[in-house]
Amino acid sequence: MSPLFWLLILPFIGGLAALLDGRSKTRSALWALAGLTGALLSAAKPVFMVLVSGNNIAAALPWSMVAGPLELVLDPLSAFFLLPVVVLGPLFALYGGAYMRHYRQEGHWHGIHWFFYNLLAVGMILVLLTRNGLSFMVAWEVMSLAPFFLVLFHDREKTARHAAWIYLVAGHLGGILLLLFFLLLGTSGHSLDFVTFQPQLLSPGLRHLLFALAFIGFGVKAGILPVHVWLPEAHPAAPSHVSAYMSGVMIKMGIYGILRSIQLLGGPVFAWGMVLVLAGVSSGVLGVLFALAQHDLKRLLAYHSVENIGIILLGLGVGMIGISLGRPVVAVFGLAGGLLHVLNHSIFKGMLFLGAGSIQQQCTSLEIDELGGLKKRMPITALCFLIGSAAICGLPPLNGFISEFLIYFGAFQGQTVASAAAAWPLLLTLAGLALIGGLAAACFVKACGIIFLGSPRSTPAAKAGETGPAMYLPMLVLAAACCGIGLAAPYFFDLVRYPLAVLLPASLSPSPPFVGAVGRLTIISLVGGGVIILSLGTALIRFFLLRQRTVCRQPTWGCGYLYPDAARMQYTASSFARSITLFFDTILHSRVEGAVPGEFFPARIGLHSSTPDPLTRFCFTPLFSGIAKFLGLLRWMQHGRVQLYILYIVATLFLLLTALAGGWL
Amino acid sequence: MLTLMSLLLFLLVLTNLTLLGSSRLAFCIRTVAVQGVVLGCIPLIGLHPFTLQHGLLSLSAVVLKGGVFPWLLLRSLRVARVKREVEPFIGFSVSLSIGFFVLIGSVVFASRLPLAGHHNHLIIALAIFTMVTGLLLLISRRKALSMVLGYLVLENGIYCLGAAVADHIPMVVEFGVLLDVWVAVFGMGIAMYQINREFDHTDVDRLTELRG
Amino acid sequence: MSLVTVLLTLSLAPLMPGVINRSKAVFAGRRGAPLLQPYFDLGRLLQKGVVYSDVSSGMVQLVPVVNVALFLCCILLVPLGSLPALVHFQGDFVLLAYLMGLGRFVTMLGALDTGSSFEGMGASREAFFAALAEPAFFLAMAGLAKMTGALSLTGMLQQITVEHWLHAAPSLLLILVALFLVFLAENARIPVDDPTTHLELTMIHEVMILDHSGPDLAMIEYAAALKIWLMAAIITSVLVPSGSSPLWLPFFLLLMVILGVLVGLVESSMARLRLIRVPQLLIGAGVFAGLALFLEFAQ
Repeated sequence: MSPLFWLLILPFIGGLAALLDGRSKTRSALWALAGLTGALLSAAKPVFMVLVSGNNIAAALPWSMVAGPLELVLDPLSAFFLLPVVVLGPLFALYGGAYMRHYRQEGHWHGIHWFFYNLLAVGMILVLLTRNGLSFMVAWEVMSLAPFFLVLFHDREKTARHAAWIYLVAGHLGGILLLLFFLLLGTSGHSLDFVTFQPQLLSPGLRHLLFALAFIGFGVKAGILPVHVWLPEAHPAAPSHVSAYMSGVMIKMGIYGILRSIQLLGGPVFAWGMVLVLAGVSSGVLGVLFALAQHDLKRLLAYHSVENIGIILLGLGVGMIGISLGRPVVAVFGLAGGLLHVLNHSIFKGMLFLGAGSIQQQCTSLEIDELGGLKKRMPITALCFLIGSAAICGLPPLNGFISEFLIYFGAFQGQTVASAAAAWPLLLTLAGLALIGGLAAACFVKACGIIFLGSPRSTPAAKAGETGPAMYLPMLVLAAACCGIGLAAPYFFDLVRYPLAVLLPASLSPSPPFVGAVGRLTIISLVGGGVIILSLGTALIRFFLLRQRTVCRQPTWGCGYLYPDAARMQYTASSFARSITLFFDTILHSRVEGAVPGEFFPARIGLHSSTPDPLTRFCFTPLFSGIAKFLGLLRWMQHGRVQLYILYIVATLFLLLTALAGGWL
Repeated sequence: MLTLMSLLLFLLVLTNLTLLGSSRLAFCIRTVAVQGVVLGCIPLIGLHPFTLQHGLLSLSAVVLKGGVFPWLLLRSLRVARVKREVEPFIGFSVSLSIGFFVLIGSVVFASRLPLAGHHNHLIIALAIFTMVTGLLLLISRRKALSMVLGYLVLENGIYCLGAAVADHIPMVVEFGVLLDVWVAVFGMGIAMYQINREFDHTDVDRLTELRG
Repeated sequence: MSLVTVLLTLSLAPLMPGVINRSKAVFAGRRGAPLLQPYFDLGRLLQKGVVYSDVSSGMVQLVPVVNVALFLCCILLVPLGSLPALVHFQGDFVLLAYLMGLGRFVTMLGALDTGSSFEGMGASREAFFAALAEPAFFLAMAGLAKMTGALSLTGMLQQITVEHWLHAAPSLLLILVALFLVFLAENARIPVDDPTTHLELTMIHEVMILDHSGPDLAMIEYAAALKIWLMAAIITSVLVPSGSSPLWLPFFLLLMVILGVLVGLVESSMARLRLIRVPQLLIGAGVFAGLALFLEFAQ
């Protein structure tokens, strides 16, 4: 039995066992975890072999679909995207088992929940392995439907139901576009198998249309602005390990889809690379701006996923521009940066969501302005969250910097040798990445600083404690991975060698730029290691210096306002972000409700600010309400009389029959 | 054999016209039962070579349509305490006339169909006539039970068409159709009981209040 | 030979703040502190004890350590005139910018760690202005890369020859202005921030380190001096075409001193900008750099 077969079957069996054993919370979680660990073990050897040698592994499943036998192919690109699916699935499941234990009221739901969690994993694996349009769509549907039930775990809460509904609608609107894409592309070959597609037979206009369909269709899943609107609703509503899996792994399937469709369409043209860069810049900058204005930690993290997808698109766009211009260095660095950022983002975004889950478990609320001082109470979680934040801002010596460096370098190299018409997307990439990096640092200083540092702003925060080992162990593993990838960058860069070969045309050989990249990354890792060693050295010197000086602790200076409550005088998260959100208010349209003090003497006043997604508010809600109103004009047809409905059918049939009989059709 | 076939076809036409013109529900149920038995016997009359499968099919059709369905429907009739179909949308005489016209029309239509030589145009015509009768019942009657009867007649017409035209219908399909009908009628019987319990009537027309 | 750059930087860096302060004093008509005052300050601070906020949990202690270590690594990347940097590779300026970003990140977290609203104010403003200064820096680097064709800091700065100045003077001037504005923003000089004020409502950089004292403050001040030195070295290298004669090094150092005097002049002749005008200034710096690129591509 091919290991690819086990890769699909084991998580499914684990999920079924969890469903049948749903009464017990721990046992159903263990069944699911067992299935996912089985998938990891069976995937380890094939993925390793494919990524190291560059050959494909194929297997055919013993039952036939409508379009032929179900063939599974593991090529380097699929293997690369399979890595986060199989490695992070069991880690998050381990966390989730402990996290969900305190949800007592949804007793029967646990088995169902773990069944759909494993089904999500199976769906993603199937998406990565199929090479047929029909089976791809079936797998895509399975992958899209499973999270609906996962998001709906807290089904008593209206926000969760609303979020699940928006997710479902958005996913299916994207799916329609994908169906169109595959059907149109299938007209070039004689079947829906990927190997039979012949894109060179299609007209350029049709190819542009197909790219647009694939980009928007997969973009809905990936969370590209402006079709990202389901992300900030679905991720906060789901339990944390589900948010981590969805945000870290599932949205990358959209990126995989975009890459695969560009490959199926016969390689990119300059216009497509430009579109990717533009989408990347807007997703990145707007994503981080929306994130800055949020008060809820999970919503903030969800918008950061949008931003990081923007960064990934920037890298892929730079790579596509490099391919279309025939510049191997630009192509290799851009694509490698984008692909590595896919991997890096799954790691640190997953870790951040797990941290948010730990905070939610201890403090119930995720309002940033109600937390504070958690570093002293939850030191391990705080350490992992801080490392994750530094990684997501792209700071050396962690892994986020490695992928951003590759994208920067590709863009810099490209703009020195390209003409003006070709270079402006690259310059936009540079400025965009810099701005995104700076704003992301601002946002995460706000999140980390207000949540973990200072003093607690509410009673639950003051009473929090560290979570159990099942919850902080996965976070420690991920934090170690962040540091490890940052410090051993050249080895991890080798992972993308063969996935790049799949994406690059045969005319661009990747080996010369590869060697250059490895050399630079070695120096970066060495400098990163140097920073750490020097810090330790400086810390040692400081320690010896301070041994002979007096050290004491005092309350900080508060200009006389520290009594009665020093915690209330601290800076809040909304104040921290205020200068930025005020500057960008035309984009954000924040709503501020509250009274400004009008009298001379102190009175009770309150201020509340919120930033609902401007695209939902000004674009999608009016659009859908308009459609609903227009369709309401047809309400007269829905009178409820069954007989008349049947009469409509009969009349149509009769007309058709007479037309047929009369020879008019 | 031909005369037996003519007798069966004559019975088919008679049952359809009776259904269109009658308002007594118990009588209609029994008429549909007779129609079902008639159609169940069609495989036995030698259109196709007789096999065990055909015999099994015809036996199960006769039992279901002649025995089980009427029993179920009469029971729901008793529970709902209705006796007659009053005030249908299309009056009884009018629907009878429409039935005649449909009979003529379906014979004309069937004669123009491009069929293979050995197939009988008359059976096709009568099958179409049965289907249209069923649809007419569905459209024009108010009571839920009449709609169930209309559905049964429709299914009879489809069955008749299938038995006449197809030389080798997979047995699975035939049994599947039968199972389909059985499940539908069973479900509808339960539904009628529940509707009656909830609303004290089974007038489908008055159920328009339920629309969203 | 590159080791000389490191040793020179380490020893001469605190001189730059001294030069700037001295020139400001002279322009104000005073005598001013001695040029070596920063060294005396560092020595004095190292002798003192430390006080921490009772709310702080370890980030405050991390700030001076990380800053010093980072800037020690940063000076390995920056060339000094015709002396190449100890570590140079293509794309090293990205590493430089992000190392400085890491220092800023840790400093901001340390500011929030004290639990005081003043540090929070400073951190908030610092986050915003730094986010706007980064694109300007990268666009200026892109302009230099396009002009010289080199992609490492050492390569770019040492390959600016007299011909470049003759042919592409407008672009180089625009890049210089952009880099100078970024210098002012990053090092907390007027018009972006006033390093001498201690009014809580007007500080940005100073307020973030308000709660540090003793050896911690000494390390932070030293790291700040290194930062001034690094950015001044970059600007001076753009200004001065490269040469390989041994006289270049003292000439280069002299030019650094002149740059310090220039900064003092700018500080003395302007007032600090209103806080809502600072983003416009930084975006202006970005626009200058973009304009320089446009001119280069148009040729």
